[in-house]
Amino acid sequence: MFHQLEGSQAIARAVALCRPGVICAYPITPQTHIVEGVGELVRDGHLEHCEFINVESEMAALSVAIGSQAAGVRSYTATSSQGLLHMIEAVYNASGLELPLVMTLGNRAIGAPINIWNDHSDAMSVRDTGWIMLFAETNQEAVDLHLQAFLIAEKVSCPVMVCVDGFILTHAYERVDIPSQEEVDEFLPPYTPRVSLDVDDPVAIGAMVSPDYFFEVRYLAHRRQMDSLEIICCVAESFWKKFGRDSGGLFHEYHTDGAETIVVTLGSVAGTIKDVVDELNASGEKFGVIALTSYRPFPADSLKNSLKNAARAIVVEKAFAIGIGGILFQEIELLMKNINVKIVSVVAGIGGRSITKSMLRECFLNKNSGENVFLGLNEDIVAKEYVPMKSHSCEGNVP
Amino acid sequence: MSNFPLGNIGGTPTVQSDFARPNSLTGGHRGCQGCGEALGARCAIDAAHQTTGGKILVVNATGCLEVFSCCFPENSWSVPWLHSLFGNAPAVATGVAAALRSRGQDSIRVIAQGGDGATYDIGMGCLSGMFDRNDDVLYICYDNQAYMNTGVQRSGATPPLARTATTLPNKSYLGSDPQTGKNLPEIAMAHGIPYVATASIGNIRDLEQKVSRAINIRGSRYIQIHVPCPLGWGYPTAETIRIARLAVQCGLYPLFEGEYGKLVGSTPVEEPIPVESYLRPQRRFAHLFGKNVSANAVGVLQNIANGNMEKYRLNWEILDA
Repeated sequence: MFHQLEGSQAIARAVALCRPGVICAYPITPQTHIVEGVGELVRDGHLEHCEFINVESEMAALSVAIGSQAAGVRSYTATSSQGLLHMIEAVYNASGLELPLVMTLGNRAIGAPINIWNDHSDAMSVRDTGWIMLFAETNQEAVDLHLQAFLIAEKVSCPVMVCVDGFILTHAYERVDIPSQEEVDEFLPPYTPRVSLDVDDPVAIGAMVSPDYFFEVRYLAHRRQMDSLEIICCVAESFWKKFGRDSGGLFHEYHTDGAETIVVTLGSVAGTIKDVVDELNASGEKFGVIALTSYRPFPADSLKNSLKNAARAIVVEKAFAIGIGGILFQEIELLMKNINVKIVSVVAGIGGRSITKSMLRECFLNKNSGENVFLGLNEDIVAKEYVPMKSHSCEGNVP
Repeated sequence: MSNFPLGNIGGTPTVQSDFARPNSLTGGHRGCQGCGEALGARCAIDAAHQTTGGKILVVNATGCLEVFSCCFPENSWSVPWLHSLFGNAPAVATGVAAALRSRGQDSIRVIAQGGDGATYDIGMGCLSGMFDRNDDVLYICYDNQAYMNTGVQRSGATPPLARTATTLPNKSYLGSDPQTGKNLPEIAMAHGIPYVATASIGNIRDLEQKVSRAINIRGSRYIQIHVPCPLGWGYPTAETIRIARLAVQCGLYPLFEGEYGKLVGSTPVEEPIPVESYLRPQRRFAHLFGKNVSANAVGVLQNIANGNMEKYRLNWEILDA
């Protein structure tokens, strides 16, 4: 049924439809409305047998979820930015213990300087933690991905992080189709843990592992994630059959057949990019778009296949690694080695900087741009600050 | 009850003296010879096991206890056991308890356990949060007064003037500063939780009784067990129990119980001894007895013991607060 909802409220309803047994909440902008929303649903009796716990930190939020999931109950939490960094040790722990919990990440920049607005620095900081990471393009997809996330997590026995752009999605009101409880129950069966704490069948979870076995454990985690590419596709397919929406999967392609330039991106900015591409194509250009849904596992082979016939791939991303540059860009460049496709890195939207259609249009049409574009950067500020910064750092002799 | 355990003479036998004891922590683990923590953990978990008929789930913080008991593919625990991280055991236990509540399995009891580093320092936030929510968990701290697993570094539980690897005494420094350290049992009591107790492996009967009592109380409970460490404290491995008893007898480790923020009872010290009798056998205090050290140094610790005697009324027993 269609509702006009704030993204966070839509996500809260989707999570509640998945019948988690334990939900932990700690406030951090821009994720807070999500846990507020689920908390209200729990207290209003929409969610039976669900424990809603207000914790004292993000470290505790994920740790409580780890404990409840290890005790055999479907668990959920949400965070953003600094909160994700605060719980980083538990992020690794959840995947290491193969606990299929689900967490929403309301994407936000990381400080210092402190900044509450949207970019993907938080998600990128945990890209190698062993979690499955899915990016939503719209609020509808955010809802759909949460329904799929629990199923994927439990099939693979691996935690899933659903990345949703802070403010742009979490705080935007849109028309969203929220399925019925019956439909979701048919799609997502009750959770049956592979291993859990049980007084009738005692197990030890979380042993110390020596060099004799550790390498294999980590390698198997890698294999498991690579295998989950197929499961993510299967889940998206059964979602499509059940709900009639093409949500989830590895990535969404838009006019990529015969495209000379393909723009690759993550998250909500794909919508703006598609609009720009529509306008450009209407004037005779040949642009396509790939919006990645599954960032981890990285769908390397499929992506390579979709990009190999283009002349140029522009990677538009809302994060970069200081000291090297675009992150998704590097991964795609590595993927396309020995294939004659020019890869361009476009870093944009950092710390909530607006990404406008005109900026993108100009950028996409500039076929002689360098390989590293920082789109929307205020060159005046940079020029003013860079010269004294550089002269200062060069002062004096290096001992 | 007596400060001197009477074994099985004249009283209820201890769980440990029962041939059918649960052996929650079985032999073959990698604990050091004379490890007080291994003894404390076995006594505590066995008592909880027997009281609940085996209906316990245990969450363990990182530390000696976790490392020596569960090194894959070996495991010394015969109870369901979960280890997550160093600083999050109370929160993980909160999650386990929440899962049990969600499934309507309230008869299964949850224990979280860790050393003093995990409890006093890195896990303090999570522990306070657990107390704040009055989550249905019994938290047991095995207090050996330093970070033993990493090689004896100072923790918030390290007593004043103790030598650790990060408080090495020299000519002008006598070990951990006198004004440092915290009283976690009292911090726990300040949260107003239903039950707080201190115990010692030098008094197993008392320890078992406190655990058996605490395990079935609803809400947050905290028990702190004094567990001497032969390696970290520097005494012969056969002396663990004796050292533990000396700590209680001199007043430096008061055994008491608190309910809802109030002290409700303490174990009297029948024949108090000077702290020197407890300090001298331990290498971590040897620098206090060198040639050029003023008697004042030992006096600092004696004052703490005297203060405990008064504060916890160790000279007599009170039945009601």
